[in-house]
Amino acid sequence: MNQSEFLHQVMPFKDKVFRLAKRLLVSTEEAEDATQELFFKLWKNKGKLTGYKSVEAFAMTMTKNYCFDRLKSKQASNLTLIHSNYKENGTSLQKVIELRDSVSLVHELINELPGQQKLIIQLRDVEQYEFDEIAKMLDMKPTAVRVSLSRARKTIKEQLIKQHNYGVS
Amino acid sequence: MELVNIEQLLEKYLDATTTLAEEKVLQTYFTGDNVAAHLIEYRALFTFFATEKNERYTKTIHLKRNTQKWKWLSVAASIVLMVGVYSGYQEDKQQKEVAKLYAETQVALRMLASNLNKGTVAIGHLQQFETTKNKVFNSSK
Repeated sequence: MNQSEFLHQVMPFKDKVFRLAKRLLVSTEEAEDATQELFFKLWKNKGKLTGYKSVEAFAMTMTKNYCFDRLKSKQASNLTLIHSNYKENGTSLQKVIELRDSVSLVHELINELPGQQKLIIQLRDVEQYEFDEIAKMLDMKPTAVRVSLSRARKTIKEQLIKQHNYGVS
Repeated sequence: MELVNIEQLLEKYLDATTTLAEEKVLQTYFTGDNVAAHLIEYRALFTFFATEKNERYTKTIHLKRNTQKWKWLSVAASIVLMVGVYSGYQEDKQQKEVAKLYAETQVALRMLASNLNKGTVAIGHLQQFETTKNKVFNSSK
């Protein structure tokens, strides 16, 4: 694989790698470092990449492993929680503020999920991968992916309803 | 999309049995403006997913490390240092050897000198003999 092939086949999913890293590592800086590191690794091993059916799936698996390693290592012990700013057009200011609050609440709820569920929610609901693809990336059975995803979605739903009722009463 | 359908899809969604296409329908419905009041909590969820997908990696990715040349420089520096230390050590060893040889020669020469001195003392005795002999021979004349 030469440089132009690499740029065409590997570079397009740098945003996906970055978003997955950010989902797991939370901090933007950490995620940026991880993305840089992962692409450097991919580039160094570009010779072996042609042997994989889907380079993208391979890169996602690599990202997952790398981030879990980072989380385990002591270096990552000083991770901070950073919220991004959410923008939405076309609704009144009051609504926007309310929505922004609840959107950052969703962010928090997802952050509190166990690592595996966080990972699956990211891959399915944000990146919209098929269950088979996710199963391959995570080396799980598709049914196990479904079970884990269902659990994650239900947890978030219950928390959201709880928070909503709390706000009303 | 009918509200009943949305509710059914939501049920499926929570069981993780929806397809990607069905999830797209939910996504469109909940990011739109006409969300039913009793489903309003889901709005934040789908808005979150939509905004997350728009996040981009904005920095440039460097495929080649620019620290590479510094690595070689450090290797070169360490070789220079090692050569320096080694040659310094060699020189020091040589100097020490010279000093040792000098000391040994000095000891040898000193021994020679003291032995020579012993000889002179012995010759001193001979001198005594000579003068006495001369006295004897001169007085007999």
